Amino acid sequence: MTEAVQSRHTLESATIRFAGDSGDGMQLTGTQFTNTSATLGNDISTFPDFPAEIRAPAGTVPGVSGFQIRFASEDIHTPGDRPDVLVAMNPAALKANIADLVPGGLLIVNEDAFGKSNLKKAEYGDVNPLEDGSLDTFRVVRIPLSTQTEQAVAEAGLNKKAAERCKNFYALGLVYYLYDRPMEQSMAWIERKFAKNAQIQDANKMALRAGYNYADTAEIFADTYQVPKARLASGTYRGITGNQALAMGLVAAAQIADKPLMYGSYPITPASDILHELARLRHYGVRTFQAEDEIAAIGATIGAAYGGAFAATGTSGPGICLKSEAMGLAVMTELPLVIVNVQRAGPSTGMPTKTEQSDLLQVMYGRNGDSPMAVVAPATPGECFTMAIEAFRIAVKYMTPVVILSDGYLANGAEPWKIPNLDQLPQIEVSHDIDPATFQPYSRNEQTLARPWAVPGQPGLEHRIGGLEKDDIKGNVSYDPDNHQKMTDLRAAKIAGIADDVPPLEIIGNADADTLVLSWGGTYGSILTAVNQFNNDGGNIAAAHFRYLNPFPANTAEVLAKYRRILVCELNNGQLDLLIRARFARETNSFLKVKGKPFQVSELLAFFKEHQA
Amino acid sequence: MTKSATLTKKDFSSDQTVRWCPGCGDYAILAAIQGTMPKLGIPKENIVFVSGIGCSSRFPYYMETYGFHTIHGRAPAFAAGLKIANPDLSVWLITGDGDGLSIGGNHLLHALRRNFDINILLFNNRIYGLTKGQYSPTSETGKQTKSSPMGSVEQPVNPIRFALASEASFVARTYDANPKHMAETFEKAAAHKGTSFVEIFQNCVIFNKDAFDDVYDRKVREENMIHLEEGEPLVAGKDVKQGVFLEGLTPVVRELTEETDPSTLLVHDSRQKSPIYANFLAAMEHPEFPVPVGVFRQIERPCYEEALEAQVRTAQEKAGVGKLEDLFKAGETWSVT
Repeated sequence: MTEAVQSRHTLESATIRFAGDSGDGMQLTGTQFTNTSATLGNDISTFPDFPAEIRAPAGTVPGVSGFQIRFASEDIHTPGDRPDVLVAMNPAALKANIADLVPGGLLIVNEDAFGKSNLKKAEYGDVNPLEDGSLDTFRVVRIPLSTQTEQAVAEAGLNKKAAERCKNFYALGLVYYLYDRPMEQSMAWIERKFAKNAQIQDANKMALRAGYNYADTAEIFADTYQVPKARLASGTYRGITGNQALAMGLVAAAQIADKPLMYGSYPITPASDILHELARLRHYGVRTFQAEDEIAAIGATIGAAYGGAFAATGTSGPGICLKSEAMGLAVMTELPLVIVNVQRAGPSTGMPTKTEQSDLLQVMYGRNGDSPMAVVAPATPGECFTMAIEAFRIAVKYMTPVVILSDGYLANGAEPWKIPNLDQLPQIEVSHDIDPATFQPYSRNEQTLARPWAVPGQPGLEHRIGGLEKDDIKGNVSYDPDNHQKMTDLRAAKIAGIADDVPPLEIIGNADADTLVLSWGGTYGSILTAVNQFNNDGGNIAAAHFRYLNPFPANTAEVLAKYRRILVCELNNGQLDLLIRARFARETNSFLKVKGKPFQVSELLAFFKEHQA
Repeated sequence: MTKSATLTKKDFSSDQTVRWCPGCGDYAILAAIQGTMPKLGIPKENIVFVSGIGCSSRFPYYMETYGFHTIHGRAPAFAAGLKIANPDLSVWLITGDGDGLSIGGNHLLHALRRNFDINILLFNNRIYGLTKGQYSPTSETGKQTKSSPMGSVEQPVNPIRFALASEASFVARTYDANPKHMAETFEKAAAHKGTSFVEIFQNCVIFNKDAFDDVYDRKVREENMIHLEEGEPLVAGKDVKQGVFLEGLTPVVRELTEETDPSTLLVHDSRQKSPIYANFLAAMEHPEFPVPVGVFRQIERPCYEEALEAQVRTAQEKAGVGKLEDLFKAGETWSVT
């Protein structure tokens, strides 16, 4: 053994990106690193970025799959703008990601994959980027990952192809060593995952250990790092993605109210995982229904709501297009249901795996007639849980459909989630206690304007509902002009009234600044980080982040009135911006981005600076 | 619970004025349904009429039961969700040839395939009524309407064959000119466990007047229809009997004479496992054949909602009734102190 010459540095936070072919197992590698880091007590934030194609041609740029994780000893809210370390499994992965690596960053490449054919597939032509000096600004570590993995796992007796497939664990071993992480958790995971295939199990464990040991003994890294524990509030934690949180929130809401959960959905990226999560929860009384299309999915959901269930449907933007007519029916019949829209880049099919916030106006106004419905938007992956409960609370209290606007970034991004105590969960009250002697289908609760939730099977409450305009109180079909005016006004007033029943808009950052940043939904982490950093660096800015889009919280006008300048930041071409201008008659400046990617803190800082001068 | 035994036809009439055109076949169907309901022994709070859009889909407003007038073509989806929420309900789905076979063809297909325990009544008047007289998916080729002044160039769909192809477990046909036959057919549909599909020949007096008279007018009915009876041979005609025989793979109609061997006649059997016989019947169309009415096919098959409930029970027996704290802690957790 040679004397160790490496130096060990302690960092507050680090960002790693694993990138390779979609078949290279990069999502798995990233998830393993995330779980181990979380268990060590780091705060974490992740951003998976994968192609829509299941297997795009191997070695090409469109087939590159990436997973970014930031882990820290401090409180963090974003997966990091740019990675400090990039692991590139082939030339295409290098090409797609190298522009993001910080100058001086560490680049680990699988040198075996840089043959002529792969270089050509990645459109590098005859020039090998490992040879032409173009990577000189980085610390490049070239490792023949494929060959070394094959050698390391030889004893397991797999064929060459299967042996080479273990290289993601070899790479994980390298990075575990680099950041001083233990391997036990991943070893245990491999044992569980491949419990039925001892050969594969052994090979992956060998690869992980070999990668770790190689980094140790060959001293391939000049420096290694430690990222100590974060100071998180005490409690039991788990990692959670937005889609997992949303699914659990729907289940929790139904259990709190002692109702069965029905979830009607048609598979669509990036919402399908909610269906998958719920489909395995039959023992929680969850009835999932994979419908024949988006329209049937919401139709069945409305049917289940009419039948007295806690009913939800989930989709993405193109699915909302198809569901729009039925959403209008839910407004007209005033039935409680939750509509989850995991937004993705549009219009049309757009970029299914890429995030965007461009369905706000669609869910606000994308229906025929004046058709108001409640709209909420969780700010973090973990908040998808609480917002799912909140959406059901609003739905049944006000007898209205409620839209939850999640997005691809929240849906697939993960963060540590403190497991709540059951007694901390909000309560949801549901009543079907209706007196047949006085029952009228469109009578209203004086305070909420909600109509009664009379459910088939209840004697003496037989009544008819439907999409035709209903007369006030009795609910019979009506073409009376004054009645239509009155019912339209009532539907609007009911939704507007929810404003007093939701938390007020909070100010973050420097409340007494003269500039206010407005944002909503999944961009919270980036905005919060940027605002704090801006103020720490001597800037002076306030921010307010909307979780309730329809109605806006009751104090919104009051908050806006305090500030001279209003900056709107959102991942679309100006939708909240339009609402703010229209509703509050304020001039705004906006930072709008539609690149299928979340905000980078650096670009927000530049925008704040430009507009505060 | 209301006492179903004491209910009468009148108990099923809502206070709403029926607004179909005078002479519309829908009146007779409504009366037949209202007359059938008390016989089913189901409390009326457990009965739900669900419809789409079209003349026929106004039906729920006239029934003193629960009712949901939904959106065009999608009623099967609403009925599915309703049965998932409450499998005990008696759900009746009212649709038409446009609602069920044009805009809603997809949903009808999947409802039949899934076999929820519901009853689907398709009012077939072979025309669009509510939109004032355009051709429908069951209009005959060459049909001249406002939207097809030179005649429709489309091949019509046969609702019975559509239902059979969709794996329907109960398929029947009846007609608005025969209240007794309608009542019998509706009772059989209600008794069937699974999705019952009933096509009803229905006369639109305004836009497709007397479309079925060649088949079901009292003067020709006995010649041009076969009323399917279980175990009875397929025979039409009053004075001169016409029998249905199988020649190779083709049904043919031949006059019965003294030389006819009765054992060579096709005998009605709606419970055959194979759908081939029912498809023979379904292919018998006017004027080549006497048109069959009655139950074409009825087989036993698991219902969707029962299979779903069985999964819930199995999962709960295997894993216990799910508790939220277990759900939250599933997967890897860690403690921060």
